[in-house]
Amino acid sequence: MGSIPHDHYEPKSKTAKAINSRLPIIGLLHDTLMIPTPKNLNWMWIWGIVLTFCLAMQIVTGVVLVMHYTPHVDLAFASIEHIMRDVNGGHMIRYFHMNGASLFFIAVYAHMFRGLYYGSYKAPREITWIIGMLIYLLMMATGFLGYVLPWGQMSFHGTAVITGLFGAIPFVGETLQTWLLGASAVGQPALNRFFSLHYLLPFLIAGLVIVHIWAFHTTGNNNPTGVEVRRGSKAEAEKDTLPFWPYFVVKDLFALGVIMTVFMAIVGFMPNYLGHPDNYIEANALVTPAHIVPEWYYLPFYAILRAFTSEVWVVQIASFVTGGIIDAKFFGVLAMFGAIAVMALAPWLDTSSIRSGRYRPMFKWWFGILVADFIFLMWLGARPAEEPYASLSLIGATYWFAYFLVILPLLGVLEKPSAPPATIEDDFNAKLGTVGVARAANPAE
Amino acid sequence: MFKKLTTGLTMALLLATGGVQAAGSEGYVKDHAFSFEGPFGSYDQDQLRRGLKIYTEVCSSCHGMKFVPIRSLGDEGGPHLSKNEVRAYASDFIEVWDASLNDGEGDYREAVPADHFPKGGNANAPDLSLMAKARAGFHGPAGTGINQLIKGMGGSEYILSLLTSYTGEEKTSAGVTLYENTAYPGGWISMGPPLEDEYVEFEDGYPNDLQHLAEDISAFLMWTAEPKLNDRKRAGAVGVLILGFLTLLLYFANKALWRPIKYRKD
Repeated sequence: MGSIPHDHYEPKSKTAKAINSRLPIIGLLHDTLMIPTPKNLNWMWIWGIVLTFCLAMQIVTGVVLVMHYTPHVDLAFASIEHIMRDVNGGHMIRYFHMNGASLFFIAVYAHMFRGLYYGSYKAPREITWIIGMLIYLLMMATGFLGYVLPWGQMSFHGTAVITGLFGAIPFVGETLQTWLLGASAVGQPALNRFFSLHYLLPFLIAGLVIVHIWAFHTTGNNNPTGVEVRRGSKAEAEKDTLPFWPYFVVKDLFALGVIMTVFMAIVGFMPNYLGHPDNYIEANALVTPAHIVPEWYYLPFYAILRAFTSEVWVVQIASFVTGGIIDAKFFGVLAMFGAIAVMALAPWLDTSSIRSGRYRPMFKWWFGILVADFIFLMWLGARPAEEPYASLSLIGATYWFAYFLVILPLLGVLEKPSAPPATIEDDFNAKLGTVGVARAANPAE
Repeated sequence: MFKKLTTGLTMALLLATGGVQAAGSEGYVKDHAFSFEGPFGSYDQDQLRRGLKIYTEVCSSCHGMKFVPIRSLGDEGGPHLSKNEVRAYASDFIEVWDASLNDGEGDYREAVPADHFPKGGNANAPDLSLMAKARAGFHGPAGTGINQLIKGMGGSEYILSLLTSYTGEEKTSAGVTLYENTAYPGGWISMGPPLEDEYVEFEDGYPNDLQHLAEDISAFLMWTAEPKLNDRKRAGAVGVLILGFLTLLLYFANKALWRPIKYRKD
């Protein structure tokens, strides 16, 4: 499948010709911005822009925060207070950064579930999907590392719990944990290296974002029908697509405007709502908080981690078969990373010939339950580790794995999908009613 | 059939989660309408000054506020004392340890505005700088965070309730006297009732019953924890206004841009 036929950049002025013949950067920017985009994209296709904006915002605010932050166990907490009290606009910059992480994750989850529903992960977009999953993993790592830096109680004890997960790996675990922390316990070496890595990873993410965009600019965007853009001729392709600039840029900016207005209200009026009060207490190794809760965006996977206790029969079998090498703790760690791994494998687990969930009557329901399950697990992750939450977590975790490992492969065989429209143009026109008749419609819907 | 199965499952899940209640050892915290709540709320300067007096005369005998610079008492949006008042407050009420004095052996000296409030004298009394943000008065229901969304985080309400919820009961546990307090998680706190009616007198004769004193010190401690609250809310309001307007413009731009595509005549 070649790329979508469209006009390429032709330099007109002498200067443009001179530059572009030496470094085709104008052409690259032009072709990126003018990429033919399916014209039926709905409002779930705005999250990419939101995510790009989040990354830029986090880097810009982060770079400023670093100018005033001190990565030292005795000074880190006080330096945050210095930012909040003494630095010009420091309290706003810090609250933007803090809540920006939450916005980043809201957007990434919307983006991922969009992809899961409309089959954006399916051929030929597997590489885009895999790179997306890598970006998501790096985001999780970056968010975690950043949460350590204020050196509050949750920072400190959360670090102990999370690095403890690596300690659960058989044979090499303790060595690995010590190597990660730079010491046998959370302290100065850990804070220093986490600071360094927190600054490094966003730039790796930025690099992967470019590759992510490159990949789907090669295959073309998916769209709500899952039907490919016609590529027979330029004229045909133009019936299915519109150039990204200005149509989707303006549409996406409008959506970004709505989201940033809400975000501004949260930062201005309730900046600590998504945080944990305990992190306003300076880290103290001797006092452990009653409930150590990770940030909300890790909770679904934290619930999966805790779901597999030693009373669960699969854990007992795993333990018996491996002669105790895989204990409940290590099983939980495997389950947590496995929950993300099965998502990454979705392109090969989904056997359906139809791409978009819109034309898959049974899939719709199972997908709906998956979304509900995700929210359910998120809620469970913040509950204390006791009954009935442990059993409920197990049910939630089981469905998560069942969806990817059993339901997705089976549905392709069992389900009778309805027929998608023949072309994107048909879908677009059907949405508008009779072509040519003026009809009040929401823009770009 | 699958539809029935899945709806059944969803219903079961919903019912199961709806029935789950959080086990509560949390204390009871009563909501209070502070002046700084809501999107347009701001600190009441007089209340903060009264709170400062209560802090100075009562709280500071055990607790410290090491993150709060004394000079910030002069900030707009805070108690907003004049320069001279701040200087006088520092020298009259606060002594700080200065390691450079007494030939490097260190000694106490009168504080200057550039100093921070000292650490507390009692090691068991937590630092109060950030207390109003380090506690949440409201939780749930059932871990959903809806109460905090509606009522706010409730740090200042927690302090207010704590100061007014002593029952008068005492018990001794492992040589430590504990006081019953219905706002404190677990119900027994090692801090004796710090405030009583008419404990602090105000020059302007402002009511100084326990409830009023507790309100004033709670508001003051919210200010020490979040001194830029007024600025932040103003920035929030302006930001929402500007972004809202920009969004409106983008809405019309988008509509105009897509109109020829959508209403195209073939």
